[in-house]
Amino acid sequence: MTSPSDSTPTARPNGRAAFAAVVRREFAGYFRTPLAYVFLAVFNAFAMALAFFVGNLYEAGTANLDRFFLYQPWLWAFLAPAAGARLWAEERRQGTLELLLTWPVTVWQAALGKFLAAWLFLACALLVTFPIALTVGYLGSPDWGVIANGYLGSLLCAGACLGLAAIASAVTRSQVIAFVTGFLACFVLVLLGYGVFDGLLVGVLPDETVDVIRRLGLWRNLEPFTLGLFDLQPTVYFLSLAFAGLGLSTVIVERR
Amino acid sequence: MALIEAKNLGKSYGALRAVHDVSFAVDRGEVIGFLGPNGAGKSTTMKLLAGYLRADAGTASVAGHDVAEQPIEAKRHLGYSPEGAPAYGEMTVREFLRFAADLRGLDAPAERVRATLDLCRLTDVAAQNIDTLSKGYRMRVGFAQAVIHDPAALILDEPTDGLDPNQKHEVRRILKDMASRKAVIVSTHILEEVGELCTRVIVIAKGELRCDEPRDRFLARGADLNQVFRTLTA
Ligand SMILES: Nc1ncnc2c1ncn2[C@@H]1O[C@H](COP(=O)(O)OP(=O)(O)OP(=O)(O)O)[C@@H](O)[C@H]1O
Ligand SMILES: [Mg+2]
Repeated sequence: MTSPSDSTPTARPNGRAAFAAVVRREFAGYFRTPLAYVFLAVFNAFAMALAFFVGNLYEAGTANLDRFFLYQPWLWAFLAPAAGARLWAEERRQGTLELLLTWPVTVWQAALGKFLAAWLFLACALLVTFPIALTVGYLGSPDWGVIANGYLGSLLCAGACLGLAAIASAVTRSQVIAFVTGFLACFVLVLLGYGVFDGLLVGVLPDETVDVIRRLGLWRNLEPFTLGLFDLQPTVYFLSLAFAGLGLSTVIVERR
Repeated sequence: MALIEAKNLGKSYGALRAVHDVSFAVDRGEVIGFLGPNGAGKSTTMKLLAGYLRADAGTASVAGHDVAEQPIEAKRHLGYSPEGAPAYGEMTVREFLRFAADLRGLDAPAERVRATLDLCRLTDVAAQNIDTLSKGYRMRVGFAQAVIHDPAALILDEPTDGLDPNQKHEVRRILKDMASRKAVIVSTHILEEVGELCTRVIVIAKGELRCDEPRDRFLARGADLNQVFRTLTA
């Protein structure tokens, strides 16, 4: 039996090391199971299907991807909660929350690390769709600035959905419950200002009210990005949702 | 300076008073046997000391750092294994320990992981997913993450629960090996463990301290430890 080394292990503990360790573990965690690849494939398949069959990307006949990005709130509403469900629910289920929170890391560092890792994973899903941009580039001469803007908007939208997913994950020990509640919350945000639902409101509510509702939805906020417009207001909208979700989930985890 | 100190600790879950006015201090070289019936408040006390739960009353400190005011400093000096030794089941033993080492910012983390695997006799299962380990190994993984940084204070909640006699013996031996340099609290339902492992005994029941005395004085209370325990916790 060896004693745990005669010299006490030295440590240079700092918040950044702890934070980086959390990001690495969480991000690698997605690729620990084949589920991650299923996830990436599903995202890619649905992104294409929505763009071509719902958005008629080809028939539009223009070399841009606005139809591709436009339907992505639907995808994020479903897939961000799927990726975010494990964030805290799994820690609670396994009892590891008690470990993590008794290790020298603040809840904020852990929460931010988890959130960024999940966001990064969603960014990977988006990255996998890049061949569609290349195809458009091959068929015509798209405005790459517009396309980059579309990707940025989609990524911000993903962060907003992930914010809601993080809250849902913080309140339960079941990933299934976390996913369903996260999805419902995102679904509401997709509906606000979305075609059919929007149509129901028009005429019933005053125009100004309908417009406010639209502004609160994911749809309306993503639109300018797909058209190549970088607008501060929707950027602030998406980031506020992301950070509000991050903050609230952290507060929930901290209260125990 | 006591390495672990509880001062008038109190914690309620709603109307249930789980821990009430518990005070004790543990110095280097001491191994506390923390006894009490089910629901006595042992785990709750340990969670308060480890900074997982916030106390309603009183203070807890580790290595002189108040766990509420300087939580990061306190946690740096503490190794804690919760009841049931939870761990990330989807990771391998080595990955898990590496994560613990990285998070703690240890120098030469790979070396620390190797030494800890060796110390806890986990080298054979290092590449195995924690989910697939037998209970004895899983408990040792919980123990391993608690000692990877060779902490001054060690709090173990039922580390020998459900182990076979050989494994129990093994865990106690590792503990005894390092005990002289640490302050250790071990909760247990196995009264024989007191004689074998501990230098001091603390008994709580219904959230209150019933007894805090050196091992020998505790053992001298009677030949039948079960009877002694029943009387103290009645
Ligand atoms: N999260 C919680 N919410 C409500 N009550 C709780 C909670 N955790 C523990 N309790 C209650 O607090 C009391 C003390 O529990 P604790 O787990 O500290 O006991 P223990 O001494 O560790 O018991 P055991 O030997 O069974 O592990 C018990 O009555 C328990 O039911
Ligand atoms: Mg207990």
